[in-house]
Amino acid sequence: MASKFTRSNSTGWLMAGPAAALMGLFIVLPFLFAIGLSFTNQRLISPNPTQFVGLSNYSQLLGVGLLTLEPERDDAGEILRDEDGATSYPALRGYTRNNPDFPQLDGMREWFSFSLGESRTYVLARDVVFAKAVVNTIIFVLVVAPIQGGLALVLALLINQKLRGINVFRAIYFMPVVVSIVVVSLLWRFIYDGQSGLLNNLLGALTFGAFPRIDWLGNPSTALGAIIAMSIWQAVGFHMVIWLSGLQTISPSLYEAAAIEGASKWQTFRYVTWPGLRNTAVLVLIVITMQAFALFAQIDVMTSGGPLDSTQTIVFQAVERGYGKQDISGGSTISVILFVFVLAISLLQRWLTREKK
Amino acid sequence: MAQISGDNHGLRLAVRYTVLGLIALIFIFPLVFMLMSSLKPDAQLLSDTRSLRAFLPVGDISLDNYFDAFRRAPVGLFIFNSVIVTGVTVALTLFICSAAAFAFVFIDWRGRDLVLTLILATLIVPFETIAIPLLLIASKLPWLGFDGLTYGWLNSYQVQIVPFIADGLTIFLFVQYFKDLPGELIEAARVEGASWWQVYRRVVMPLAGPVLATAAILKFLVMYNQYLWPLMVVQEERYRPVMVGLQYFFQLNRAWGEIMAYLSLITVPVLAFYLFLQRAFIASIASTGVKG
Repeated sequence: MASKFTRSNSTGWLMAGPAAALMGLFIVLPFLFAIGLSFTNQRLISPNPTQFVGLSNYSQLLGVGLLTLEPERDDAGEILRDEDGATSYPALRGYTRNNPDFPQLDGMREWFSFSLGESRTYVLARDVVFAKAVVNTIIFVLVVAPIQGGLALVLALLINQKLRGINVFRAIYFMPVVVSIVVVSLLWRFIYDGQSGLLNNLLGALTFGAFPRIDWLGNPSTALGAIIAMSIWQAVGFHMVIWLSGLQTISPSLYEAAAIEGASKWQTFRYVTWPGLRNTAVLVLIVITMQAFALFAQIDVMTSGGPLDSTQTIVFQAVERGYGKQDISGGSTISVILFVFVLAISLLQRWLTREKK
Repeated sequence: MAQISGDNHGLRLAVRYTVLGLIALIFIFPLVFMLMSSLKPDAQLLSDTRSLRAFLPVGDISLDNYFDAFRRAPVGLFIFNSVIVTGVTVALTLFICSAAAFAFVFIDWRGRDLVLTLILATLIVPFETIAIPLLLIASKLPWLGFDGLTYGWLNSYQVQIVPFIADGLTIFLFVQYFKDLPGELIEAARVEGASWWQVYRRVVMPLAGPVLATAAILKFLVMYNQYLWPLMVVQEERYRPVMVGLQYFFQLNRAWGEIMAYLSLITVPVLAFYLFLQRAFIASIASTGVKG
């Protein structure tokens, strides 16, 4: 359509300009700001001028170190033990506070530790809360992406049957998607409640009271899992619909051919359905991953990162610092780190699911 | 023989419906619980959780929780704010993004491909990664309003609306749709002397019904359910939308009935809207999946 009737620089800019300007100001500029501010000590409101601080925000957040300590021994070379019989080790403080021999560990704190033989290895982090937030977010993504994507595919296959009234079921499975995640989170606090929670009552009824009551959100070992289950429940219908639209692009003649060849249900799925869903699979995984990395509202409403930082996440930390503590540069640095994660995972997924020629 | 296979068929059908029905229960029970609980006094609400009564409108049923919720917080104001923010954003988005997509698809102009590539590249930038610097920018922007020129957009309607008018997904949806329209139609209208504005208004937009519905529904869901952004930029009650207004309720732990009433109040209209336009809602989500 390169005729003189379709060519117009002024009209083109006039019509696309407003959208381009808005996106430049509210998406591209803040994105560049995030990178720029991460090298400064900018605060939301501050009497002092902003200073360039280089990479110190990054090293503050990402600094980790290893320290292996040998047990303390008495003069005879016997390992010292405390009253409980546990091996005693030199105090960590001696290495992480102004120790000229270990300048790289200065200011770090214990994240976790493990024993190898007699010695004990400490994993230290400069910012233990952020380290936990990164690990929790990655666990969340790694668990949610395959389970949510897989369950959504199962639901899509169920809904793709030709049955009377199937649309009613499709409508119900999709329903939580239109409900705000904030509302859903508050509602599920009831379900997970330790006293009169629906989940405890249900498990109690099924096991005739044998199942102990659990405060699902108040227990560090169950809180993240509880949030994962709820998040999948809320969003799985969304991805079911995306799978469904992928399923409907597969030509019925392929299924007829498979039926004539006498293919089993599994063979039909493996050799007809699944190859036809390749592009959909990439999209579903990328969308779930991006949504999962952005985990915030559930945490804010349900646990505020607790108990014992077991549900801290990257975005929750970005907001807590950037907004809560008005530490714009710290929040921006976390945002940049988050973006690098999202980009890396998206590229990785695209590469893993690339078309093999 | 035919009789046996007929029974077999009936049994298999029954199994299928049972499976579908049990899964449906999983998705629907929290919402039923919410609605039923909103009608019960707190003591009964809690004791009912021990049995199936939790999902039934039984016992001391009334709308008292709703009246109490209105008394506790300016619920009407929150709903009004959400309606304004959502409605204005959806309307402006449809106009600005469809105009941009029109220029990308039908008009030949210098810089077109570069601008479109940049806009589509923003699709991989999650809002959460720009929220903090955007907060800084929003706190300094000028605004020409009824009280003259002011600086800083915090606590306003515009801070909840303007950053969300143009977005890559909506432009992408319009571009995809416009590409499938017959280009000769547009060129013919131009040859006959129609202005670009006339082509947009009288030729293209009347054909854009389905994509307008899709874009409106997706934007509506995003805007009505906004949480993180208004949480940061709106401290004043005057501009607070419903999802942030929720904080009024979840800080008090004991008024469960009121919480359920408020949740029902802000959720039921959306659910009704969804059930009414169910096909369009699902088609909207499905269309984001085309062309992965």
